[in-house]
Amino acid sequence: MPEIQIRHAIRDAMREEMERDDRVFLVGEEVGYYNGAYKCSEGLLDLFGERRVIDAPIAETGFAGVGIGAAMCGLRPIVEFMTFNFSAVAFDQILNNAAKIHHMTNGQFSVPIVFRGPNAAAHMLGSTHSQAFEPFYAHVPGLIVIAVATAYDAKGLLKSAIRDPNPVVFLESELMYSVKGEVPEEEYLIPIGVADTKRAGDDVTVITWGQGVPVALKAAELAAAEGIECDVIDLRTLRPLDTEAVLESVRRTNRAVVLFHGWPYGGVGGEIIARIQEMAFDHLDAPVLRVCYEDVPMPYAENLEHLVLPTPERGLEAIREVAYRR
Amino acid sequence: MTTPTDPTSADPGNFDAYFQSREDTLRWYREMLRIRRFEELAARSYTRGKISGFLHLYIGQEAIAVATKEVLQPADRVVSAYRTHGFALALGSDPRACMAELYGKATGLVAGVGGSMHFFDRAHQLWGGYAIVGNHSPVAAGHAFASKYLKDGGVTLCFLGDGALAIGPTHEGWTLAGLWKLPIVYVVENNRYSMGTPLSRSVPVDDITLKAPGYGMISDRFRVTSVAETAERLGAIVKRAREESKPALVELITYRFRGHSMSDPGKYRGKEEVEEWRRWDPLERTYRALHEHHGLSEDELEALDAEVVDEMEAAVEFAEESPVPEPEARFRNITIES
Ligand SMILES: Cc1ncc(C[n+]2csc(CCOP(=O)(O)OP(=O)(O)O)c2C)c(N)n1
Ligand SMILES: [Mg+2]
Repeated sequence: MPEIQIRHAIRDAMREEMERDDRVFLVGEEVGYYNGAYKCSEGLLDLFGERRVIDAPIAETGFAGVGIGAAMCGLRPIVEFMTFNFSAVAFDQILNNAAKIHHMTNGQFSVPIVFRGPNAAAHMLGSTHSQAFEPFYAHVPGLIVIAVATAYDAKGLLKSAIRDPNPVVFLESELMYSVKGEVPEEEYLIPIGVADTKRAGDDVTVITWGQGVPVALKAAELAAAEGIECDVIDLRTLRPLDTEAVLESVRRTNRAVVLFHGWPYGGVGGEIIARIQEMAFDHLDAPVLRVCYEDVPMPYAENLEHLVLPTPERGLEAIREVAYRR
Repeated sequence: MTTPTDPTSADPGNFDAYFQSREDTLRWYREMLRIRRFEELAARSYTRGKISGFLHLYIGQEAIAVATKEVLQPADRVVSAYRTHGFALALGSDPRACMAELYGKATGLVAGVGGSMHFFDRAHQLWGGYAIVGNHSPVAAGHAFASKYLKDGGVTLCFLGDGALAIGPTHEGWTLAGLWKLPIVYVVENNRYSMGTPLSRSVPVDDITLKAPGYGMISDRFRVTSVAETAERLGAIVKRAREESKPALVELITYRFRGHSMSDPGKYRGKEEVEEWRRWDPLERTYRALHEHHGLSEDELEALDAEVVDEMEAAVEFAEESPVPEPEARFRNITIES
C-alpha cells in the first residue's frame, strides 16, 4: 500500500468526491490559487476550476452561512476553516443554522455540509490560535463531530462525511498534516461513529482522538516497556460517541485514562468519564484520569507551552497511577 | 414636488395609477386583510394565554408580503427574519397550519417545534423564519449561490429589519453576494424601529441604500403605500437580479402599528407619529380606493371582511382543536440516519 501524508489523504478524499458528485464544492480562504493554507487542496483548482474551488475573503460567518444556504438547496459544500480557531466567529452559523435547520423545519430541509480544518494547538501560536473546539461542537445536538489522526482514517472518514446528510465538523491537525500512513489505492469508506483500537492491551484503556492519538500511542509504548499493556482506543467520531467500544475495553482492563488535546473543564473527556462511571462503575478498579491541557490559556513561550500540553510522559504517569504502579 | 412614493409626501389620499385596476386592487386588499385579521386573532389568542413565546405581528407591513408574492417565480425563494406570518400567508401557506404553529400544535407549519419565529414552508417558497438577527443574510446568499451554481434561474429575496444593519453577518452576506455576483435581492423592511430603538440610534445614515454601491449592488428605495407600486419596483429589481445575476438592495419604508412583540406597548413613540403613519397604511388606502374610487359600498367591503374573519376564526378553531405533539416528537429530525 502506498504511504501518503494526511494532507494528501484529505485532498484525495475531496478530489474523489468532487469527481463523483458535481454537487460537491470547496469554499474557504486560500483554498484555490494558494492551494490551501496547509496545502490540503493542492491542485484542486486546476482540476475543478473556480466554479467548484472557491476562494473566499476573510468572512467566516459569510462563507459558512453561504455553505449552509447552498446545502439547504441540495449542494454538498465543504467549508474549510484555515484553522478552527476562526470558526469561533462563525459559531452562530454552525450552532443556530447548520445544527438546527433540519429539526426546526420539521425535516423540510437538511444541511449536508462539512466544516473542516486543523484544530487544537500547533507549535507556539499563542492562545488565540491553539484551541481545541471539539467540546463546543460535540455539545450540540444535530452536529456530527469527527477527529482524525491517520491518513487512512482521514481519507475514509472525510469521504463518509461528504456523503453524510448531516452537518459534520471534521477536525484535523496542523502538526500532523505531513505524517504519512498507508492508504489503499482502491476506494473505501469508514463508517461514522465507530472507534478504532490503535493498539491492543489488557491492563489499561487509553481513550483518545485526533492530535491526542500519537501522544497516547507513545505513552502506551513507554508503559509497555514497564510491563503495562494499554488498549489505545481512537474514538475517531466524538458525536455520536462509540460508547460501546469504550465500555467493552474498560470492562476488560478495569482502568482508564482519557488523553486528548483540549481543556479539562466541561469537555469530551469529562463526558467519556461520565459515561464510564454510569455504565461500568462496578468494573472500575481506579478513578478514571484525564491527561489534557492544563486549565490555562495556551502560552506562547516554548517551555510554558510544553508544560501545558499533554505529553507521552504525562500520559505514562497517569497510566501508572490507574494501574497502581508508582 | 411630493408623490405617494416620496417618503416625505403629504398626500396619502391621492389614488394614483397604482389603484387603477379594480380587480387587482380588490384581490390585494383581500390578501392584505387576511394577514391583518390573522395577526389580530393571533394577538387575541396570545392575550388569552393560548399562545406563548415571542409573537411579532406584521400589522402595517402586509403590502410587502403581498407584493412579494406578485413578483415571485417558481424557482425563487423568500427568506425572512422572525416577523414572518405575513409572508407565509401571502405565499400560500395554510392559515390553519400557521395558527396551529403559534399554538405549538402537531398540525403546525413545522409540527410545533418552531413557533412564531421559525416559519418554514418549502412548498410555498418560504425558506425561513430566522430568529437570530442578521444570521440569515449569508444563508440567503447561499441559496442564491446554489441558484447560480445549478443555473436554476431562481432569485432569492432576503428580507431583514432595519435593526439587522449593524450586525456583522448582514455585512458578510452582502459582501459575498456582491463579490460573487449572486442573484439575490436584500430587502430592508425599514419600519423605523428595532424594538424601542429608532433608526437614528442604530444606523449612521438615514438612507440605507447609500450602502449599496460598496457591495456592488444596485438599489431602490421607496415608501410602501400600495401593493402595486411595491410589486412594480421590487419586480424591476428582481428582474435585473435574475437576468444579470446581480445582487440588489431595496429599502422599503414602512411602519409597524403594533409594538415590537406582544410584550411591547410601544411607549417610545407618540400617538401623533402613529397617526401620521396610519394615513399611509396601504391597507387603509386600498380600502379607500375601493370605496371612493371603485365604488364598492361599505356593506360590500364589510361582507368581504366577514369572509376573511371567518377564514381566520376557522384557523383559530383548528389550532385550538389540534393535538399537541406526541412526546416522541422531540426526538425527530435531529440527525438523519446515514
Ligand atoms: C443577534 C440578536 N440580537 C438580539 C436579538 C433580540 N431582538 C429580536 S428582534 C430585535 C429587533 C430587531 O429589529 P428589526 O431588525 O428592525 O426588525 P423588526 O422587529 O422591526 O421587524 C432584537 C433586538 C436577536 N433576536 N438576535
Ligand atoms: Mg425594524
